[in-house]
Amino acid sequence: MSANNDQEMLPKKIRDELSEQTKGVSEAKAKKAAEAIVQEYQNAQVEPGESVGIVSAESIGEPGTQMTLNTFHFAGVAEMNVTMGLPRIIEILDGRSEISTPMMEIYLKGANAKGKDVQEIALSIKETKLNEITTGFHIDIAERSVTIELNEEKMRMFGITMNHVNNALKGTKGYTLSSGKEGIVLKKKDKEENINALYVDKEKLKQLHIKGVKGISQVLPIKRGDEYIIITAGTNLKEVLGLDFVDESRTVSNDIYEIAATLGIEAARQTIINEVFKVIESQGLNVDIRHIMLVADTMCNLGVVKGITRYGVVSEKASVLARASFETPIKHIINASLIGEEDKLDSVVENVMINQPTPVGTGLPGLAVKVHK
Amino acid sequence: MSEVYLNGKFVGEVDEPRLFVERIREERRRGAISHNLNIAYHPAPDTVEVESNRGRALRPLIVVKNGQPLLTERHVRQLERDEISWADLVEQGVIEYLDTNEEENSFVAFSDSELTPEHTHLEIAPLVMLGLASALVPYANYNQSTRLNAGSKNQKQALGLYVSNYSLRMDMDVNVLHEPQMPIVQTLLHSISDYNKHPSGQNVIVAIMSYKGYNMEDAIILNRGAVERGLARSSYFRPSIAEELRYPGGLVDEICIPDKDVKGYKSERDYRLLEDDGIISPEAQIHEGDVIIGKTSPPRFLSSLDEYSLDSSTRRESSVTVKHGERGVIDFVLLTENDEGNKLVQVRVRDERIPEIGDKFTSRHGQKGVIGLIVPEGDMPFSESGIIPDILFSPHGIPSRMTISHLIEMVAGKVGALHGRYIDGTAFDVEPEEKLRKELLAMGFRENGVETMYNGETGEEYRAKIFIGNMYYLKLKHMVANKLHSRARGPIQLLTRQPTEGRAKEGGLRLGEMEKDTFIAHGASLLLKERFDSDKTILPVCEGCGTIAIHDEFKNRSYCPLCGDNVEISFIEMSYAFKLILDELKSLCIYPKLMLKSKY
Repeated sequence: MSANNDQEMLPKKIRDELSEQTKGVSEAKAKKAAEAIVQEYQNAQVEPGESVGIVSAESIGEPGTQMTLNTFHFAGVAEMNVTMGLPRIIEILDGRSEISTPMMEIYLKGANAKGKDVQEIALSIKETKLNEITTGFHIDIAERSVTIELNEEKMRMFGITMNHVNNALKGTKGYTLSSGKEGIVLKKKDKEENINALYVDKEKLKQLHIKGVKGISQVLPIKRGDEYIIITAGTNLKEVLGLDFVDESRTVSNDIYEIAATLGIEAARQTIINEVFKVIESQGLNVDIRHIMLVADTMCNLGVVKGITRYGVVSEKASVLARASFETPIKHIINASLIGEEDKLDSVVENVMINQPTPVGTGLPGLAVKVHK
Repeated sequence: MSEVYLNGKFVGEVDEPRLFVERIREERRRGAISHNLNIAYHPAPDTVEVESNRGRALRPLIVVKNGQPLLTERHVRQLERDEISWADLVEQGVIEYLDTNEEENSFVAFSDSELTPEHTHLEIAPLVMLGLASALVPYANYNQSTRLNAGSKNQKQALGLYVSNYSLRMDMDVNVLHEPQMPIVQTLLHSISDYNKHPSGQNVIVAIMSYKGYNMEDAIILNRGAVERGLARSSYFRPSIAEELRYPGGLVDEICIPDKDVKGYKSERDYRLLEDDGIISPEAQIHEGDVIIGKTSPPRFLSSLDEYSLDSSTRRESSVTVKHGERGVIDFVLLTENDEGNKLVQVRVRDERIPEIGDKFTSRHGQKGVIGLIVPEGDMPFSESGIIPDILFSPHGIPSRMTISHLIEMVAGKVGALHGRYIDGTAFDVEPEEKLRKELLAMGFRENGVETMYNGETGEEYRAKIFIGNMYYLKLKHMVANKLHSRARGPIQLLTRQPTEGRAKEGGLRLGEMEKDTFIAHGASLLLKERFDSDKTILPVCEGCGTIAIHDEFKNRSYCPLCGDNVEISFIEMSYAFKLILDELKSLCIYPKLMLKSKY
């Protein structure tokens, strides 16, 4: 094989850099350099039979023991409380669909990124519910009506007009809208004397979505580098990406399932990598990103996000013995016996159990020639 | 109206709680009410709580009236002349015991200089804030509290004279230090607690320096000369016990030299130390495997009639032997009987323990370490005046732990040793370092405790000045001789055929789950298999039905319990634990089938 051919195996980035660096150098020298680089590249590659899984597990697990369990709190700084540290790692790797602190980083486009109207934009995203801008709800049993007392000061603060409120209230079915002297009056249309229903409806009204993006409970515009971004507590990626001032190519959520649903599994994989790496970095630990990539790959290679749990990736293992050796062995053995499952013994754990060489490293290669008895 | 509770039970009400509480206290100080009774008024819930239960934590304080402590100079003088005792002071109401509840009602002054008319009590000494063990640490107030904890914890494990009648006792696993010494640097509690009557350490000369790296990671280096002169020598005692048990049917154990035809008879050599009564004689040297008490027992299961014959041939050997890895000298033999009237023999084994590499030592400041090397006296560094340290302590143990008391004790010990007096190192009330330095200087030493020292091997002067002084060192009960263990082959468990666990059973050292992972991570697949071969078995497997087949060694033929003998049977190597799980699955009505395939 010529060196030129070998160069084909190099990633484009390295090849480009190589041709950049060897500009104006004699061809023989360039060739020599290329050969050396190919050699280095091959040395850096994982060899067949390398136990990448266990190496990854050990490489993440060992520094993991040094992780502080608690989140850092910065007193006095306008920062939202974010789950970090070990709890966050567990949450990600377990593939939990309900994460404890969902949040987004919204990047803005054009002039907004430079700081124009950031405060207003942030407020417009924040979800406002009816009870946040009211002073009270009253039920009139005789009239079968609910009166909503609005708090005008709060409305001004959140930038909400009567129009917003009226629009939102239009959706409530079974009531006629009118404005009384105390506030907005909702009168029940049907004549049934069901006070209980009235009460239930009042509670529902409290949670009525008035304005902003659903699910986003807090907004915090901050300056990162030389642009302004908005950090939110609560996520709603789908709707936020639809807003015209949002830079949809950079805006991210930390909810892996949401990313998988809106942007696809590849994006979810990248999110897992980013989120885990963020935690590890924040703890001042040093884990090679390739280990995390491997974990993310395992979690996503079925097209859906699977946690590293007995319900997730472990349940997908082919070997009965391997599954049984990790939590709830009886379940696996009984189910396997019911359908007469066969264990091909081609992974590590099973072979350790029956004391056979494990098919990794020196145990991997076999004979190419058939030996006759 | 305030509610009154006696030991947590409501007993009534009083109109003027403060007056009531004050009067009870007066009565108690007068001696009309038990000194063990404490009373407290809590204004917020408006309750008076009276406690007299046992098990409360009480502490003594000096009573203060109008800003004047009741304990006077006269009391102190009388105490010194033994005219009055502590109990008398309590009786007179000069000192009283408060519980945590009553403490809430009092205003305690830390020292008499800060007394005001508002104060109700005065601390006896700042030392009382420490417990017994931590008060034994000299210069304790110069330390971080964690080191103090470690220091007092270590002191509890020190060898000394644990009881004075140890030679009559049959305590399990005890040690006695041969030449205990009173510490040069003492605290008040050493005299209060009679520590000097049963000290548990020795005064040694310590130099803080390294020696070829043999004292890194908290190890210490001992001078062989000092060891040979008897430094930190101790005796280890462990009794062996045998009892003539009675069994149903009138059968009994018998303590004797077992007959040769007894089941499980050891070799004649093993019984050589026994006397005619089947018991070893005092001062006999014993080694592993020797019989200490010869004993035979009746057979375990009486199946056939002839086993009732009490013939020695049916009896079982059940002697007490020296345990694996142990040796020593028979110290004491005791013949007695137990509660049921059975003959009981106790034999105490003594073993002299000379310090060896791996024995654990500590100073009183949480600076524990094991011996890393015992250096011949001639190779030890020496000082200008020819002093050779007994212990070399690594300087790396000091900065991160910040045990200043360790350093001060060395200076204080040096002054004490040179002057021939004891130094008071009581926490908060020490002989000042300044004074010690001046004394040292006056005696012609450098005031900071360092000296010029010379390399013991080459005679060259060390370029650094070495900090050297006297310290009190303790030998701790953890000695390698009790812990050293290795196994190449040995006993296995009956059920799993895997090696036994633990030193006492000569067990293997487990290669655990995480260790296994490292083998896999290295790809050392075949090495891993070899390590897990401890319970390897070769079993016949029927190729027809996949069950474990039977191999008849006599007829040298194999057959399958299901398919008969007209079937191919292969011998397969597997771990016995795997065979067991197959059996267990079968017991659960699951049919595990081994499907065989040629690997090559």
